[in-house]
Amino acid sequence: MNVASDLKKTPLHDLNVSLGARMVPFAGYEMPVQFPAGVLKEHLHTRAAAGLFDVSHMGQVIVRARSGDNADAAHALESLVPVDVAGLPEGRQRYALFTGEDGGILDDLMIANRGDHFFVVVNAACKDADFAHLQKHLSDTCEVTMLSDRALIALQGPRAEAVLSELWADIAGMRFMDVRACDLHDADCIVSRSGYTGEDGFEISIPADKAEKVCRHLLDHPDVLPIGLGARDSLRLEAGLCLYGNDIDTTTTPVEAALEWAIQKVRRSGGDRAGGFPGADAILGQFASGATRRRVGLKVDGKAPVRPPARLYSDADGKAEVGHVTSGGFGPSIEAPVAMGYVPVALSAPGTRLFAEVRGKYLPVTVAVLPFVPNTFKR
Amino acid sequence: MLKFTAEHEWLKIDGGVATVGITTHAAEQLGDLVFVELPEVGSSFDKGGDAATVESVKAASDVYSPLDGEIVEVNQAIVDDPSLVNSDPQGAGWFFKLKLKNTADAEALLDEAAYKELVG
Repeated sequence: MNVASDLKKTPLHDLNVSLGARMVPFAGYEMPVQFPAGVLKEHLHTRAAAGLFDVSHMGQVIVRARSGDNADAAHALESLVPVDVAGLPEGRQRYALFTGEDGGILDDLMIANRGDHFFVVVNAACKDADFAHLQKHLSDTCEVTMLSDRALIALQGPRAEAVLSELWADIAGMRFMDVRACDLHDADCIVSRSGYTGEDGFEISIPADKAEKVCRHLLDHPDVLPIGLGARDSLRLEAGLCLYGNDIDTTTTPVEAALEWAIQKVRRSGGDRAGGFPGADAILGQFASGATRRRVGLKVDGKAPVRPPARLYSDADGKAEVGHVTSGGFGPSIEAPVAMGYVPVALSAPGTRLFAEVRGKYLPVTVAVLPFVPNTFKR
Repeated sequence: MLKFTAEHEWLKIDGGVATVGITTHAAEQLGDLVFVELPEVGSSFDKGGDAATVESVKAASDVYSPLDGEIVEVNQAIVDDPSLVNSDPQGAGWFFKLKLKNTADAEALLDEAAYKELVG
């Protein structure tokens, strides 16, 4: 059986291959894990200049109120996410979570208010389930449409603004989480000032047939290199950002995952629109009484990377297991191994000494403040 | 005598001791290494045993003992600077020296032409 033939291709597949990408299966797609520069250099280039990522495997969904009133779509979305959607102004985007009835996380996503509809970006591995979830719960009041004819790219790094400004002069006026329609070389695009690397940057939704042309214009710029999923992972880890399926999933709640910041006061107990989302009792209960475990950053003493699912112990002999690592590897920008994992709340204070099991040894690690690398968002 | 394994190690054998490293092909596939863990001098391995570990940003990989033998020397330079393995995998980036239990076993390994055919 030819497994490769079952994999989907993004609109930028041919471009990725022509750039020398090493393609791997990821979430049902054939995706570039790295380009000839390699993960280490791609990571450092993104933090120093600008990196271009193909993230077209992610799901792009339009939610439009049947009434024509976008407030109805906002209220409908609020029935599925513990986030202030109704208070999200036009032209702004916000991080959100689909929660389950037990308070677990079904997916993390971005929601943008586009004036007459909401534009939602979800993870590739969850997009079919997310789409079904949205249709099942919102179709009475909203039209839910998956956009299958658009690419999604991210341009990230300190030079992203300058590079994109050469294509579209107005971009410098955008601040973090602003969303606008724009015309890039005759392509009808949606640009948001956001990303998942901890760097300033942009995500751009492009009609599939124009995507390669826009990317080639960006890649013509000497500051821009194509970046694969390998560096995307090390960049988001250093930025302390969760990878769905590793750091958050149906068995972790937003409070356990230290994502309380994503739940605005208006949706918490005492807020005007408190609760009303799946798992509200469990999640708001944890706001009140605390969770038993918490996602933390971990700095590793030595040079050996600590990778998931390494077990964590409170003692150097591996007798008292207290948790496990959910993401981990080498952080090229801090030139040291870094990890994230879940530990009991009592052991979650920065500076707490723990031990991670790697190949039968118990390596000292220290609970650290996230992010490992300060973010450079233009707020 | 220069020999290779299908697991992408090379062996330079001289007087019953094999200097062992990973091939240029393997180094390219692994990408920039950020961590190397070597065996202890004096430890013994059977053919195929996990003798060393290399890690790139993305993943950890094992380096196997290509034959039965005892570690008589390790290359601390690649522990201090793992990038040596990428820049000179079949020279300064060697891993360890293995005193072979049966030197004749090396005859069964791949020669350079056979290895090149294997990796295309």
